[in-house]
Order: sequence, then structure tokens, then C-alpha cells
Amino acid sequence: MLIRLLNVSNFVVTKNWAKKNLFSSWASALITIFCFYIILKIIPAGLDWLLFSADFVYNFRGEQIIDRTFCSRVIEPGQHGACWAIIIVRWNQFMYGFYPVEEIWRVNIVFALTPLALLPLFFDKVLFRKQFIYFTFIFPFIAYYLLYGGPGLTEISTSKWGGLLVTLFLGLTGIIIAFPFSILLALGRRSKMPIIKSVSVIFIECIRGVPLITILFFGNIMLPLFLPDGVNVDNLLRGLVAMTFFAAAYMAEAIRGGLQAIPNGQLEAARSLGLSYWQSTIQIVLPQALRISIPAIVNSAIGVIKDTSLVLIVGLFDLLGIGRAALADMNWMKLSHEVYAFVAIIFFILCFSMSRYSLYLEKKLKTDNSI
Amino acid sequence: MNGLTLRNIFFDEKIRSILIQAFVVGLIGAGIYALVQTTSYNLDKRGIDTGFEFLKNPAGYDISLTLIPYASTDTHLQAYFVGLINTLLIAVTGCFVATIIGFTIGIIRLSSNWLFRNFAYAYVEATRNVPILLHIIFWYTVLLELPRIKEADNFLKFFFLSNRGVYSPAPILQDGMGIVFLTIIFSIIFAIIFNIWAKKKQENTGVQLPVFLINSGVIIFLPIIVFVALGMPLLWDHPVLKGFNFKGGMVIRPEFVAMLLGLGIYTGSYIAEVVRSGIISVSKGQREAASALGLKKNIVMKLIIVPQALRVIIPPLTNQYLNLTKNSSLGIAIGYADLVHGFGGISLNVTGQAIEIMAMVMATYLTISLTISLFMNLYNKSVQFKGNS
Repeated sequence: MLIRLLNVSNFVVTKNWAKKNLFSSWASALITIFCFYIILKIIPAGLDWLLFSADFVYNFRGEQIIDRTFCSRVIEPGQHGACWAIIIVRWNQFMYGFYPVEEIWRVNIVFALTPLALLPLFFDKVLFRKQFIYFTFIFPFIAYYLLYGGPGLTEISTSKWGGLLVTLFLGLTGIIIAFPFSILLALGRRSKMPIIKSVSVIFIECIRGVPLITILFFGNIMLPLFLPDGVNVDNLLRGLVAMTFFAAAYMAEAIRGGLQAIPNGQLEAARSLGLSYWQSTIQIVLPQALRISIPAIVNSAIGVIKDTSLVLIVGLFDLLGIGRAALADMNWMKLSHEVYAFVAIIFFILCFSMSRYSLYLEKKLKTDNSI
Repeated sequence: MNGLTLRNIFFDEKIRSILIQAFVVGLIGAGIYALVQTTSYNLDKRGIDTGFEFLKNPAGYDISLTLIPYASTDTHLQAYFVGLINTLLIAVTGCFVATIIGFTIGIIRLSSNWLFRNFAYAYVEATRNVPILLHIIFWYTVLLELPRIKEADNFLKFFFLSNRGVYSPAPILQDGMGIVFLTIIFSIIFAIIFNIWAKKKQENTGVQLPVFLINSGVIIFLPIIVFVALGMPLLWDHPVLKGFNFKGGMVIRPEFVAMLLGLGIYTGSYIAEVVRSGIISVSKGQREAASALGLKKNIVMKLIIVPQALRVIIPPLTNQYLNLTKNSSLGIAIGYADLVHGFGGISLNVTGQAIEIMAMVMATYLTISLTISLFMNLYNKSVQFKGNS
């Protein structure tokens, strides 16, 4: 539609389109004018604040910005745009937390390899997909070795991790570990065995019925009480356990939706061919059910990624937590608009692209007739 | 098939399922036993007594927002109730705001105006792809940038806007206000009865009475007439700036407003999508058939589209209400005095009774969640297709 609007040579088409979609009635025309007015008000002002009159490295006097007192908008309030220097100066913290600077290349390698590892899972027309899948399976071990350290690499304690690294670590690892559990829970919930069924239902409903923050508190405060002497679980791992439980319960519900959509005849036909329960489930039911439930799984994954920001309440430094830490710094305090805008943009890019992907899948599933 | 050989027993489906379940029960039992053992050992070592005795001890901390009487000398149990009521307060008001935003945006999303429609789309995508916690923290910082108490903005003559909250006059009820309240209740009961009577009349005779007009007239004007007749038994306590703070009046704290805005805007965009998909789920033929019968546009909406859309809307809408209630626990990040912040946070730190307090908090949320979904299920049943379809 927009392309059509921009196609000036085809004026008549444009005019008809505008008449139908923008000026179909008096009320509609008024609304259009009102919307144009808002756009003219907001977009130039927003872009001006974000980019054109914003500070990056130097302020309007040409001095390099080393703390908030150099920011143009602090020197002349109300005259200048954002002061992105806070992000640029603390870029490493926003990305890696307190990870030692000389070891940051390790995180960068993991960041670079992650999309490669995810590619064959997300798209089925990738070149060498089969070989790629092997890489996807060994990737978590490579990532663990690179991030945490081991033989040949210095050990970096998880208390030094932070920023985008922690957000992605908690989100992706939580989802990946939770995935097999969520399948078992979804199968358990549909099981005919009363005890298996009730255990699954109780687990799923208890996790879904309480706020994530109480699960995080539970992991943070109670886990040390539950474990025997001498076993110490570090803070990040406690957060990960909580996120995994949370993700498993929500994804189980997404998968259950897919299982329900598979007609009973599929399982019955498989069983009558002599396949055992697990054979028919793994080879017949699950592949179909998972395909249907992928969009719902991606949607709950988006929720999990967004909810990783809650770990700042239990003292972990995820992207938002690092932002809050930056604002607590005397040199940079009160630049909250820049920090929150930056964090929001990062989350928006992550979540919006995932939701687009889930829409693409939904469309693809609709056109595929192979089910 | 015959003979109780070991192999037959093992492959018998019934026996097998019992074996598997017994195994699971044993596993869970052993897990719980081990947990209880290590936990009680750990608690002994740290010198923490178990039990709910601590609830009777004085809490010893203040709560900034109290709808029921509370002082720091009151018990932890009282602090629990204060927190619970604050949680319910933000949940109910939040659901209200989110519903209004959601229905408005959801309907705009279906506007025939391209620009208007995409405005709503931009709003939905921009808000729901950002974590709720960021929404809440952002609004809180914005509210804290308001003028300080001394330079509070005065608006609409009696209201003051500052970074410590919105100050407004508080009503003081005088004698006779009770009668006014009774009149309100009476007029509502009258409206319900009149509604039923008018419906019956329409079914019997086909005569349509202006029910909405009469009822709203009764509900609005009757109490006002009684109120004026009794000599307006209501005084206002105006906030006055004294020293560093306002005296008198009512105040709405920025924590509450930030929670309301954050939860309302975030959940509102989800509700907008729910509403939108509900309305488009009603097939075009329904609208066309209704128009072909000669029904007016608003009647088509009221009698044909909305009742069918509601069937689709209600289950996911319930989900959103539940999510909002659970997300209200994020008040802890900005110091909104809800259940998790006061009882689950400060009481826990003061007493150290982690297990009991966490159990109480989680059980409370679970109860709220189950209650909401129960009521919504009942309502859902009442709007589903009647008969065997």
C-alpha cells in the first residue's frame, strides 16, 4: 500500500486509494488530518531528539564528553537532544557487564556464533542444514567453554557477567533447557495415568499461577536452604533455574495446544500398526504437534526474553540492570531517558524480529498442505 | 495370553501404568523427603524456627499506602492484609485502564482509515515488544521529574501535581450522606427491575420502551435530587502547603500512577490484539445478513457482532487479566507497597521466615489466579452458544 502511495506516476490509482482509505467520509477525513498533524508533531521532534541534535562523542562546543556535565542537554537544558555518550562510554558494560576487557573477544565469538547455531533451527532451507545441526548441538558446550573458561582459558566467574550477555544467556539457555521438559509436561498433562497427569497439571498451574518474581525469589532465597551443606549455587544459576521452570510451564501449554490439534486417529493408527507408545509419540504425534505449536512456542519465548529483565530485582545485572547501575553512577546519573530508550530499542529489535518470524511461520504453516 | 509369566505382567498395560506411577510417586516422595531433611537441618543450623507464630509479632515498618488502618506497631498479619489489598487495588484499577485502552485501540485497529489503523498498529508493536518492567520504571522516572512539592503545579484550581503525587481535595461525609448512598443503591435496583419488566413487555407486546434513557436518568438524577434536598451534606478537605508537605486532602502516589500507566499501557496493547482478533472472527456474512434484514448499524454491532465476538474474546482476555495481576508484583522495583514488596520483602528480611512467607505469598497469588479464572469461566459459559452446536 505504501509503495502504491509513493508511486507518483500512477496518480489515479493513488488518488483512488487515498479516497478509499483516507477520505472515505467526513469523519475519516478529519481523522486523517488529525493523524497527519500528530505525525508532523511527533516524528520530526523524535528524530531530532534521537539523532539530529543528539550528542554522541562530542558536545555542541566540540568537547569530548567524559561525564554528564559535558552533555549538551545538561549544559543548556531544553535545547539539545539525547546524550548518547553514556551508552558509548559504557558500551562494554551494556554488552558484557563486568567481563574483563582483555577477554571480551570470547563473548564476541559466542555472539557471532549464536545466530549460526540458531539458523538451522529457524529456517529449513539452509545450505548444509544437516551438517549445521551437529554444530547446533555442540554449540552450547563451545559457548560454555568460551564464556566460563576452562583448560587454556582463564575462568571468569558469572558474577562478572552482565548486560546483553546475561539477557541472552538467561533467555536462550532457559528456553533450550526448558524445551525437553516442556514436551514431557505437555505429554504428562494429556496422559491417561492419573498420577502422572496430576503431577504435570500441578506443576504447570503452580508456575503459571504465581508471578515470575516470586519464582525468582524462591530460587534466590530458598534454594540455599534446600541444598545440603557445601553445595553453593551461584546467583546466575539460581536465576537460570527459575527462568527454566517458568519457560517450561509456559511452553508446555503451547505444546499442549499443538497436541490437542492432532486427531486421535493418528495415535490410534500408529498403535494399531504395532508401534509402542513412545515410538508412536516420537515418530508420529510429536513431529506434527510441534510443527503446529512452533508459533505459540516462539510467542512464549518472546515472553521469556522480555521477562529476563526481572532478574535485576534479585541482584543480577541484565541489560536493564546494567542500565540502572549506569544511572546510579554519580558521573552519569539523571540521563535516564537515554538509557531506557537504548534498552527499549534493543528489546524491541529482539522481540519484534521474533514476532515477525512467528508470523512468517504461521503463514507458511497455513500454505503448507503437508499435514 | 495365558499364564502370569513375568513377561506378561510387565507388558500388561494396566500393570505397567501402575508400576510407572508408583515409580513417579516414589521419586517425588524421596525428593520431598530429602528436601525436608536438608532444609530442616539448614534451618536448625541457622537458628530459624518454623511455624506461623511470627505473624503475631509487630511488623515494625511503615507502609506508604494503606487502605485499612495500619501502623508500624501492628502485626505482620496486618501488614499482609495491607499488601494484599494494595495488590488487589492495582490489579482491579489496572485491568480497568487496560480494558479501556485495549478496546479503544483494538477497534481503531479495524478502522477503515489506513493512517488511523496503522497508528494503532504502531502503538501495539511499540509497547508490547518492550518488557513490562521497563514500562513501569520509565513511567516512574517520568513522574519523579515533575516539580517538587514547593513548586507543585496547581491545576483545575483544587489539584496539585508534584513529584510526590497528585494532591486533591478529600470528601468529608456529613450526616445524611448515608441516605444519598441508599438512594443510589435503590435507583440501581429500580433500574434492574425496570429493565426486566421492559424486556418482558417487549416480548409480549413488541413495544420498546426507552429503557436506557429512563434508567440512566433515574440513576443520575435521583441521588442528585436527594443530595440537594438534604442540603448537600458533603464537605471538602483541601490540601494546603505547610512547610515541606501538603496537609489535608488526598494524595495519589507516583508509585501507584506509574504502576497504573505501565500495566495499563502494556496489557492494553495485548488486549487490543485480543479484541481485534475477536471482532474479525465474526464472519462477514453475519454482518451482511443483519444489514440485509434492515437492522441499523449500531443494532448490528450490539446484537450480532459483539455477542459473537465476546465468545472469542473472553478466554484470552481472562489470560491478560491474570497476567496483569501477576505483573502487579513488579511494584517492588519502584517501591509500590504491594504484597511482594511489603510482606514478601520487608517482613521476610525482618523475620527470616523465608519458607512460610514465600508459601503464603505464592498461595495468595495462586488463589487470586484461580478465582479470576473460575469467575471468567462461569461468565464464559454464560456467553457461549446455547443448545447443541
